[in-house]
Amino acid sequence: MIRSLSSSERQLGIALSVALALLGLVMLGAAKVGPMAVHGAMAIAVGVALLFALGGGLAEPEPRGDRLARYYDEPTRFGIVMTMIWAVFAMAVGVWVAALLYWPEATPLWPWTSFGRLRPVHTSGIIFGFGGNALIATSFHVVQRTSRARLADSVTPWVVLIGFNLFCLWAVSGYLMGSTQSKEYAEAEWYADLWLVVVWVVYFVLYMRTLARRNEPHIYVANWYYLAFILVVAMLHIVNNLALPVSLAGAKSFTIWAGVQDAMVQWWYGHNAVAFFLTAGFLAMLYYFLPVRSGRPIWSYRLSILSFWGIVFFYVWVGSHHLHYTALPYWVQTLGMTFSVMLLVPSWAAAGNAIATLNGAWHKVRDDATLRFMFVAAVFYGLSTFEGSFLAIRPVNSLSHYTDWTVGHVHSGTLGWVAMIIFGAIYTLAPQLSGRETMAWPRAIEWHFWLAVTGTLVYVVALWNAGITQGLMWRTYDASGALSYSFLQSVMAMAPYYLLRTIGGALFLAGAVICALNTWATMRSARAGAEAHDRPLLPGPALPEPAE
Amino acid sequence: MSAHDGEAPDVDPVTGYETTGHDWNGIKELNTPFPIFVITILGLTVVYSIIAWLLLPAWPTGRDYTRGLLGLDQGEMAVAGYQRLADGREDWMARFVAGDFDAIVADQALMAKAMPAAHRLFLDNCAACHGTDATGGPGFPDLADSDWLWGGDPATIAETLRVGINSPHPETRFAQMPAFGHDQMLERAEIETLTSYVQALSTGQADPDGEGGTLFADNCASCHGDGGVGGLGIGAPSLVDGHWIYGGDRATIFATLQRGRQGVMPTWADRLSEAEINLLAVYVSGLAAEHEALASR
Ligand code: HEC
Ligand code: HEC
Ligand code: HEM
Repeated sequence: MIRSLSSSERQLGIALSVALALLGLVMLGAAKVGPMAVHGAMAIAVGVALLFALGGGLAEPEPRGDRLARYYDEPTRFGIVMTMIWAVFAMAVGVWVAALLYWPEATPLWPWTSFGRLRPVHTSGIIFGFGGNALIATSFHVVQRTSRARLADSVTPWVVLIGFNLFCLWAVSGYLMGSTQSKEYAEAEWYADLWLVVVWVVYFVLYMRTLARRNEPHIYVANWYYLAFILVVAMLHIVNNLALPVSLAGAKSFTIWAGVQDAMVQWWYGHNAVAFFLTAGFLAMLYYFLPVRSGRPIWSYRLSILSFWGIVFFYVWVGSHHLHYTALPYWVQTLGMTFSVMLLVPSWAAAGNAIATLNGAWHKVRDDATLRFMFVAAVFYGLSTFEGSFLAIRPVNSLSHYTDWTVGHVHSGTLGWVAMIIFGAIYTLAPQLSGRETMAWPRAIEWHFWLAVTGTLVYVVALWNAGITQGLMWRTYDASGALSYSFLQSVMAMAPYYLLRTIGGALFLAGAVICALNTWATMRSARAGAEAHDRPLLPGPALPEPAE
Repeated sequence: MSAHDGEAPDVDPVTGYETTGHDWNGIKELNTPFPIFVITILGLTVVYSIIAWLLLPAWPTGRDYTRGLLGLDQGEMAVAGYQRLADGREDWMARFVAGDFDAIVADQALMAKAMPAAHRLFLDNCAACHGTDATGGPGFPDLADSDWLWGGDPATIAETLRVGINSPHPETRFAQMPAFGHDQMLERAEIETLTSYVQALSTGQADPDGEGGTLFADNCASCHGDGGVGGLGIGAPSLVDGHWIYGGDRATIFATLQRGRQGVMPTWADRLSEAEINLLAVYVSGLAAEHEALASR
C-alpha cells in the first residue's frame, strides 16, 4: 500500500500519523484512566504503527509514473478485508448473545461480558464494522468505475478507512468498558462521535471531488444513493449526538435532548440509520453489482428515479413509528404511520426494478451463486419493507411492539438484505480486484449461499413465531377479564424460539467464515502487481492532475 | 462510452425496450415506460394517508394540530381501555375490595373465577422472589408451608403485603434477627453451642435442659417461642419445622447467629390495588392447604 504512494504523499501520511498519535497522547494525558485513556492509547498505537510503516517505506522507489491513469483499488481491497474481519467478529458476538438469551445462566461473571455490554458490540460491530466498511469499500470502487475517473487523491481514502475503523474500535471497546450514551445504534461517546464527523466530512469531500472529475456526462444512480447515504448519515449523526461532556477529560456526556424530544430525535436518527445507512448505500451496491454480474441493463430508468426520490423524501418522516402508543403526541404517530405506508411503493419499485433486471438472466441466477445472493437480497429487501410498512400501522404495532417480531423484522432486513448484497458484491469484487476470473474456491460460494439462506429463514421464522406468541400472550384475557398469562410464562414460552434463533445465527456465521476464508485465499493468490481487469480509465478531463 | 445523438437507438433484445443511451462501465438502463400499476398503488397509499389525516390527529398547525374528524385522544383511549377491562372484572373483583375473607373463601364459584387470576398476579409480582411454586429459596420464605412469620390467615397476609416487612412504608412490619456474634452479645463458644442446638431442634433431638437449651431459653425464646416453635406472629420463624429461609447447614446457621438477618419484603400499597392485595392474600393463604393436598396424593 505504501509503494503506490508518491513520496510527497508518504510525507503527508507521516504528518497525519504523528497528528493521530498526538491526539491520542492528549486524550491519554487528559483522562489518565477510564475508557477515554484507553482509547487515547489505541490512537497512539495506530499512529505509531502507521508512522513506522510509512517511515520504513520512505526509501522505496517512486510508484509507476502512469499510476494516475489507473483506478486506485488498494483502499477497496483493505476495506473488504476489514469488512470480513468485522463480519466474523460481530456475527460471532451475535451468536453469543443469542445463546445467552437461551442459557442466561451461562453469562460469565465479569462485567465486560454481561449481556447489556455485548449486545451493542454486536449491533455496532455489524452495522458500522461490517456494513460500514462494505459501503465505503464498494463506494470507492463504484464511483471510480461509473465515473471512469481515479479517486481524487491517494491519501484521503486511507484517512476515511483507517479513521472509520478506529471509530468502530473505540465504539466497541468502549461498550465493553461500560461506556455508552445509551442511545441505540449511537452508543459511542462524544469524542468518538466528533472523530466520526471529521472522518465523514473527509469522505464526503473525497466523493464529491471524485465525481467532479468524472468522464461520463451523467451520474449513475448508484452514486446518487451513495451520496444520499454519506450526506444524510452526517446530518443524523450530528443532530442525534449533540451532547455536553461532563468534563473534557472524561468519556461521560449527557445528550442535550430531553424527554419525548429525545425519544423522537433518537428514532428519527434510528430509522434513518435504517434508511440511509442500511438501505440507501446498499441499494447503490445493488444498482451496480446486479447489472454488472447479470450482464443485463437496469429494467427501468424511470422506476430508479421514482424509487430514489420516493425513498429519500418519505423515509425522513417515518421515525415516529418506533414510538407508537407512547408519550409522543398522537399526530406525530399518525404522520409516521401514513408516510411509512406510502414508503412501501418506492421501496417495492426499487426491489421490483432489481428483480425485473434479471429478466433474460434467470439461467445465470440458477447457475451462479453470487448472482443468487443478489437476487435473494432484492427479495428480502422487498419482504422486509413490506413487513416494515405493515408494522408501522398503529394497531399492528400494538401487537408487535416490544416483541421479538421487531427483531425478526430487523434480521430479515440485515441478514436477508444487507448481508446478502454485501456477499454478492464481495464475490464479484474480490476476484476482479485480484486479477482472477473466479474466487479461489468457487464451490464454497454455493455452500455459503445455502448456509446463509437457511440461517436467515430459521432465524426470521423463529422470531416471527416468537414475537407473535409474545404479543398474543401479553394481550389475551380470560373469561373472567383477567390476563390469561403472566409475563413469566411468555418468557418461558420463548425458549424453543431462542434456541432456533441461535442455531440459525450459527449457520449464518458459518457461511460468513467460509466467505472470509475464501476471500482471503482469493486475495492471497493475486499475482504480484495484478490489476483489476475491467475497462480502462479514461484519460483525465480538463482538470489538472495533482502535482506529484 | 456514452451513446451519441444521431446513432441508431440501442434496443435490448430480451425486452425489446430501448436503453436511455447512457453506459457506465457496461451498465445500461432501459427506457421502460412507467408501469401504470405502480402509479396506481402509489395513488392508493396517498388516498389512504389523506383519509387517515382527515380522521386522526395529523398535521401540526403552529401551537396546535389538526384534531381529526374522529376526535381521538390517545390518553383518553388508554384510560377508557383500562376502564373497560376493569368493568369486565367488576362482577367478581368488587367482592375483594370489601375483603370479607370468610365469605369469599366460602364462595366456590367466586374462587373458581378468581384463583387463576390470582395465580398470574402472583407470577407477575411475587415469583421473582418467592419462586414460581411459592416455595421460596435462600433468603425468601416458603409461602406454601403452614409455618408463618407473621401469620397465614388472609387478613394478616393482606396487611403484610400492604406495609411490607422492613420496607420503607411508614407502618412497615419490622423484624430483625440480632447479630449476636458481631454485636458481642454472645461468645463464640456459645454461638457454636447454639448452632448445634438449633440443628438438633430441627431434628427433634434437642435437650432443653442442656447448656444449649439454657442459652436458647435465655436469648432466643422471646422471639422464636419456647423450644423454638415460632408462631408468635412477630416475624421470627419456627426453628423446629425443618423449613429454612436461609439454610439449616452449620455454616449458614452460624452466619445467621454471627451477623444477624433482616430480610426485606417490599410494600405493595402503591403498586397493587386494595382488591388485588386481598386477592393475593386469599391465594397465598390457600397455598399451604393446596400443597398438602398435592403432597398427600
Ligand atoms: C423483592 C423480593 C420479594 C418480592 C417481590 C415479594 N416478596 Fe414476599 N417476602 C420477601 C421476603 C424477603 C420475605 C421475608 C421477610 C423476612 O425474612 O422477614 C417475604 C415475606 C412474605 C410474606 C410473609 C410470610 C409469613 O410467613 O408471614 C408473605 C405473605 C409474602 N412475602 C407474600 C408475598 C407476595 C404475595 C408477593 C407478591 C405480591 C411477594 N411476597 C413479593 C421478599 C419478597
Ligand atoms: C429480636 C427477636 C429475635 C431474637 C432474640 C432471636 N431471633 Fe432468630 N430470628 C428472628 C427473626 C425476625 C428472624 C427472621 C429473619 C429474616 O427472615 O430475615 C430470625 C431468624 C433466625 C434463624 C434463621 C432461620 C432460617 O429459616 O434460616 C435462626 C437459625 C435463628 N433466628 C436463630 C436464633 C437463635 C439461635 C437465637 C438466640 C441466640 C435467636 N434466633 C434470637 C428474630 C430473633
Ligand atoms: C419500508 C421500509 C421499512 C419500514 C416502514 C420499517 C418499519 C419498521 C417498524 C414499524 C419497526 C418496529 C418499531 C417498533 O415497534 O419498535 C422497525 C424496526 C426496525 N427495522 Fe424496519 N422498516 C423498514 C425496512 C427496514 C429494513 C430494510 C431494515 C434493515 C436493513 C430495517 C431495520 C430495522 C431495525 C434495525 C429495527 C429495530 C429498531 C429497534 O431496535 O427497535 N427496517 N422497522
